[in-house]
Amino acid sequence: MQATVGLTVTRYRPEQEAEPTIQTYEVPFRKDWVVLDALNHIKDNLDGSLSFRWSCRMGVCGSCGMKVNGTPKLTCAAFLSDHLPGPVRVEPLDYFPVVRDLVVDLSDFMRKLKAVKPWIVRRVEQPPGEGEYLQTPAQLDAYKQFSMCINCMLCYSACPIYGLEPSFVGPAAIALAQRYNMDSRDQGAAERLRILSAKDGIWECTFVGECTKVCPKGVDPAGAIQQYKLTGAAHWMKSVLLPWGTR
Amino acid sequence: MPHDEAYQHDVLIIGGGGAGLRAAIAAVEADPGLRVAVLSKVYPMRSHTVSAEGGAAAVIKPGDSLDQHAYDTISGGDWLCDQDAVEAFVREAPEEMLRLEHWGCPWNREPDGHIAVRPFGGMKAERTWFAADKTGFHMLHTLFQTTLKYDAIQRYDEWFVTKLLVDDGRCQGVVAIELGTGRIQAITANAVILCTGGCGKVFPFTTNANIKNGDGMALAYRAGVPLKDMEFVQYHPTGLPFTGILITEAARSEGGWMLNKDGYRYLQDYDLGKPEPRPVLRSMELGPRDRLSQAFVKEQEKGRTLQGAYGDYVHLDIRHLGEKLIDKKLPFVRELCLKYVGIDPVREMIPVRPVVHYMMGGVHTDIHGATPLPGLYAAGEVACVSINGANRLGSNSLPELLVFGARAGRAAAARAADRRRPGASVLAQALDEQRRLEQFLGKAGGKERIAGLRDEMHQIMEQSAGIYRTRGALEEATEKLKGLQERFKDLALDDRSLTFNTELLAALELSYMLDVAQAIVHSALARRESRGSHQRTDFPERDDARFLAHSLAYRAEDAPRIEYLPVTITRWPPGQRVYGR
Repeated sequence: MQATVGLTVTRYRPEQEAEPTIQTYEVPFRKDWVVLDALNHIKDNLDGSLSFRWSCRMGVCGSCGMKVNGTPKLTCAAFLSDHLPGPVRVEPLDYFPVVRDLVVDLSDFMRKLKAVKPWIVRRVEQPPGEGEYLQTPAQLDAYKQFSMCINCMLCYSACPIYGLEPSFVGPAAIALAQRYNMDSRDQGAAERLRILSAKDGIWECTFVGECTKVCPKGVDPAGAIQQYKLTGAAHWMKSVLLPWGTR
Repeated sequence: MPHDEAYQHDVLIIGGGGAGLRAAIAAVEADPGLRVAVLSKVYPMRSHTVSAEGGAAAVIKPGDSLDQHAYDTISGGDWLCDQDAVEAFVREAPEEMLRLEHWGCPWNREPDGHIAVRPFGGMKAERTWFAADKTGFHMLHTLFQTTLKYDAIQRYDEWFVTKLLVDDGRCQGVVAIELGTGRIQAITANAVILCTGGCGKVFPFTTNANIKNGDGMALAYRAGVPLKDMEFVQYHPTGLPFTGILITEAARSEGGWMLNKDGYRYLQDYDLGKPEPRPVLRSMELGPRDRLSQAFVKEQEKGRTLQGAYGDYVHLDIRHLGEKLIDKKLPFVRELCLKYVGIDPVREMIPVRPVVHYMMGGVHTDIHGATPLPGLYAAGEVACVSINGANRLGSNSLPELLVFGARAGRAAAARAADRRRPGASVLAQALDEQRRLEQFLGKAGGKERIAGLRDEMHQIMEQSAGIYRTRGALEEATEKLKGLQERFKDLALDDRSLTFNTELLAALELSYMLDVAQAIVHSALARRESRGSHQRTDFPERDDARFLAHSLAYRAEDAPRIEYLPVTITRWPPGQRVYGR
């Protein structure tokens, strides 16, 4: 077993340098270390100025997405042992402005998330005192997969459409819109359709499918977009023919 | 620092996890005209609520009762809970959970579409709602996405609070750093709600995320607000060795077994009942967390645990539950084991050991989330109301976020209604704080590294304030922590930049953790009895005559000053905790 492994890390300190640079570090190799552990080793022992985000270290908070050897990954779930002999290349996610080192700016996604109305829309709210809205396990299964998105941004970083056309709503936001559209408690599909069938909405996607490949949670945004295109078109037809709907 | 109308709010919430987001919605619903803001050092969906797994308790099924939930909570807490708070909690939890259901939380369902519930440790009825074993994740995202529909809720994402602004006897806002730019800004408010979570990172081996540094506890403590019951630290019995990743209690509530190195269900030796093939409520593997973690240490002393590269461990066996049930109800357990241990729990036993999980103690509040400092509120793990007493029951913390987040949000909204303006001296204080931070960042030299001091703090806390404690080790810890506080003044920073300076952030977090660590150790030293999660080998019995009381740690010059406050007893006089009988 090798004793150490190299990490080639993209640095960018806007107060000091106009362009990103590359810095190489040598860290101990441990078989149960993930890339994030190696980054923390650097920060603690070698160079306190390296900046990156992380929090839960169990693949659910979505903070630590970076490119590892060219592929968008959660660094808390990317084992060094899968990237031997190294050096392991660590870069910020593609297509987002870089704030500093491995930290990217998420504000574009935050705006898009809000734009697709990711909340339950009801014509009439039932008071909680009257009990739960019934939802069978099959109805739950209809949207459950799309509710697993942790907003880690790997899918945006993998999406060539987003790379070319930054106004594209993008995989995670569309999957989350579909998560609510498919929820039997929701009545907001028509409102969301107005947003998502506009320019920069679902029709931008050419079904490259990279988003689904890199998703660490099996959300399948590409499937959500395709499904949405089909049901979306049908809903749109219905809303034209039956403007008051039947739901 | 010019004061800007843009940074003036009616209600300012620090922390965007479950409690903070629920508080924000409660505040704008109480008064839609209020200017409400949520400030967090991370984007809200990164908050540690996201990691909660097993479920959230609220009485909803026939045959269950509010009184039974209250009794389970109070006996689980070894009678240190305030019973008026527990009664309010169990009464309001069902409606809060239903509200979350209406907001879209994907709760597991029965075939007819009603909410499904599961058993949980220390609970005498099945009342734990769940969204598979990612309950906290779904609750957090549901809450966050729901807040997006309220335009009145403004957010400060990735801002870090360094000080509470207190003048004229009331909290009037905060000083915070915008991480992206390093800008230091005074943000004023008529009411501030701390929702920053716990402080598991004071310990080396914890389920807690990197962000859990006791920020809100230290902020309140430095502003003169006491920290209550800080000696009560919950060890969860089933964490994965090395990473400390939590394996949910739901693994046991669905029928998992705890086995020692001989394959023996050892909990039967610790007054927790008899081993039955199927799970029995309030018995064996469904006993409370404090008792299960203590049983591990006893097994270790008897040489009946297994030895691994990262310390001793026992086995959690869920193989007999079968692949179908595991995939339906415990998919995250399987995912985590496969990914982080390289074992499949469908076919192999899971190595587990006790791991620091939750702080029962926190900022002293009343039943409305109000602290003794007017204008300052707290809710969630950062707070101690107290409904958790000396040991929290699994699945009570998630509904606590909702019930007391909402209560604090409403109370803060009512206070903010008079729209008072911040006092002039508040801005002078903010300028002082700005100078302090600039000096801290600009100071040359220094010998101590953040990681070095943090590692020493970890060792001190594990050796003194672990599952079993004793006077000698705690006294030694008080001295060593004092030494670390001194050495912190000689800290070296590599990073002097303003843009997303995570080293500066880590340094400020370390200073918070050192304060909180002192409060924990001094509170543990002063409580000369054993109760719930606080076990003193030199005082092994519960002592109601002297310690049926909350400890209050006040920050003082040399060492924290510890005072006591009687527990509120309404209908359940102190009794014996009985499990498995």
